[in-house]
Amino acid sequence: MFILDHLWIILALPLAGAAINGLFGKRWPQTAVNSVAVGSVTLAFLAVAELVREFSQLTPDQIPFVGNYFTWMVAGPFKVDFALQVDQLTVVMLLTVSFVGMLIHVYSTGYMAHEGGYYRFFSYLNLFMFFMLTLVMAANLIVMFVGWEGVGLCSYLLIGFWFLKKSAADAGKKAFIVTRIGDFGFTVGVLLVFATFQSVDFGTIFKSVSQNAPAEAILTTICILLFTGAIGKSAQLPLYVWLPDAMEGPTPVSALIHAATMVTAGVYMVARMNPLFSRAPVAMLVVAIVGAVTAFYSATIGLVQTDIKKVLAYSTVSQLGYMFLACGVGAYATGIFHLMTHAFFKGLLFLAAGSVIHAMGGEQDMMKMGGLRTKIPVTYWTMFIATLAIAGIPGFAGFFSKDAILEAAKSGPNANPVLWLLGVVGAGLTSFYMFRLVFLTFFGKPRYDEHKVHVHESPKNMTVPLIILAFLSIFGGWFAAPKLVGGIDYFEKFLAPVFSAYAPQVAEPAVIIAEPAASPAVELVHALTGWPVIVGVLGLFVAWWFYIKNPDAPKRLAQSVRGLYTLLLNKYYVDEIYAALIVRPLLWISTNVLWHVVDEGAIDGVVNGSARVARESGGELRKLQSGNERSYATWIIIGAVGFTCLLLVLWGKR
Amino acid sequence: MSIPISYYLVLSAVLFGLGVVAFVFKRNIITIFMSIELMLNAVNLAFVAFARAHNQLDGLVFVFFVIVVAAAEAAVGLAIIIMLAQNRQSLNVERVNQLKF
Repeated sequence: MFILDHLWIILALPLAGAAINGLFGKRWPQTAVNSVAVGSVTLAFLAVAELVREFSQLTPDQIPFVGNYFTWMVAGPFKVDFALQVDQLTVVMLLTVSFVGMLIHVYSTGYMAHEGGYYRFFSYLNLFMFFMLTLVMAANLIVMFVGWEGVGLCSYLLIGFWFLKKSAADAGKKAFIVTRIGDFGFTVGVLLVFATFQSVDFGTIFKSVSQNAPAEAILTTICILLFTGAIGKSAQLPLYVWLPDAMEGPTPVSALIHAATMVTAGVYMVARMNPLFSRAPVAMLVVAIVGAVTAFYSATIGLVQTDIKKVLAYSTVSQLGYMFLACGVGAYATGIFHLMTHAFFKGLLFLAAGSVIHAMGGEQDMMKMGGLRTKIPVTYWTMFIATLAIAGIPGFAGFFSKDAILEAAKSGPNANPVLWLLGVVGAGLTSFYMFRLVFLTFFGKPRYDEHKVHVHESPKNMTVPLIILAFLSIFGGWFAAPKLVGGIDYFEKFLAPVFSAYAPQVAEPAVIIAEPAASPAVELVHALTGWPVIVGVLGLFVAWWFYIKNPDAPKRLAQSVRGLYTLLLNKYYVDEIYAALIVRPLLWISTNVLWHVVDEGAIDGVVNGSARVARESGGELRKLQSGNERSYATWIIIGAVGFTCLLLVLWGKR
Repeated sequence: MSIPISYYLVLSAVLFGLGVVAFVFKRNIITIFMSIELMLNAVNLAFVAFARAHNQLDGLVFVFFVIVVAAAEAAVGLAIIIMLAQNRQSLNVERVNQLKF
């Protein structure tokens, strides 16, 4: 029970790595920086593995296991402990974050080998791991908020890693500011939680809400405010705009922070707060609608992008939408399941894309690639596997999770046919744009200058993480496989205590299982011929037809629906609309009102004015110092006479 | 029948007023110096008059203090006047106005 008693070790390891590299790494050779960075994260992963072993020996009444270290702050009834907790949800998140994080650290040692600021990169990356682990292990909303903002900070630092490039610095700022809008809602939500429950501690809140639930309107407000934070952090409509720009950062960062872990923090938070959300049906519907619309919407943008990382970015936004759709229809475990499989295959897609970019010497435009299949076979095969996974082809990880989400949207307790349809169409689009990416990149004739670009497979420390992740992209979803033949979804079963402990009492026990189970074979056939699979395969064939069979077809199609094509290519002009509606008016007000009027007029006016008053009154008063003795005497006499008169007047009154 | 105290006070006030007027309007530094002495002695007169009227010694003691201070002042003041006269070849205070802003 060593790690359970000392949960802080898991946090301390990456923090120590970040501190050591940040303070001393500048003068160290790359191998030393590597061993500190990768070593600390690997040790953290081993600590998590040991934690899981110890966790499995706990009895159900010991879960969630809370480690309370010290009282952080007290103000009247407001008390915050620095407390960490472990339950099944935490275990899943810890394993995903630490394992994927470890692989990406290893990968980065290859990818960043020729970059400046090597130690700085790994220091930030370790710091990110620290904050992300804090976020998932927090036992109250305030500690969670520390992790929440901390990962935002690291995201900002890493997007702007090449800060001499203006676009990268701008993208970092954009990410920071846009997520801050959501965080404002989150902060207000936390305050409202405290005002309602007199506590920010998860256990206390959940117990309180299940025994003595406040009015539904209050719960709905709280949930929607908290969800606002999730919208910002997890890049959902309408605050998704920062994520595509975040691709300015180094590719391992895109993989770790902007695909596998940080952006899923919003999903994790919604799942963590499930006792509140489950009692606020309106908020649930909002979550589901935002998720489904985002899933569909950003998939359409992904159709026409030509930058390999941008396609993946919009794909990430879309997949996060699926996770929220799952949470919104009450299938939290499924949402977390998709979060995990997505971390595997999307992390892999980004790392493989990084490997492609590495091979092409920095080129990101897919229109200038092509025919890379035979030249970088490891990258090709791993990326192809990840694509099959994200497209939902049966047998791969993404199939199990995405199928389960759409199943929940279709026939779960909060089913909604419109949202299901959006999800299914989005799944088809996903399949299309992902295979489009693969076909454009790896198939066809090379569209680059073969004499100039020396295409080469990436080194071992980059390909090994790819292979491991490819393995997980296939088998990572098989926990749910028995369900296909009418059995148990082990993943759901594992997480069930988290989501049922404080679930609202249903008047009639939901006996969905009462449906007579069909024979396993029928179930299997049913699952393999469902709509998600059909649209997935359809997407594959359409992409094949467009980009391999008839390479001219895309151009002709773009010509015939020019308006739609330009709209999609320009991402629905959302950035331009935001610029026109928010950024430019703000700039105008800042320049013309706040700067020229308030700052220059009022604030500078007061400061300069008081200085001028002092100077000019001094200038006038100094003329009294004429040096003429008789004038001094006159002043003394006037003063004496005046003072005497004053005394007389005052004495006269007595 | 003794002389009423108001007579003394009026005389004292007149002398003091003359001293003030002379102090402000005269240019010769020695005259100004003398006007200061005049003001001091006007105050001395008032002190003595009050001491006698109230039949107390306090006023008389104060007069001695004033005379001592005036003597010290005369010693220092005359030394300054001699230095001024040597440096400026003049006793006009209008020409002693260097100590300003």
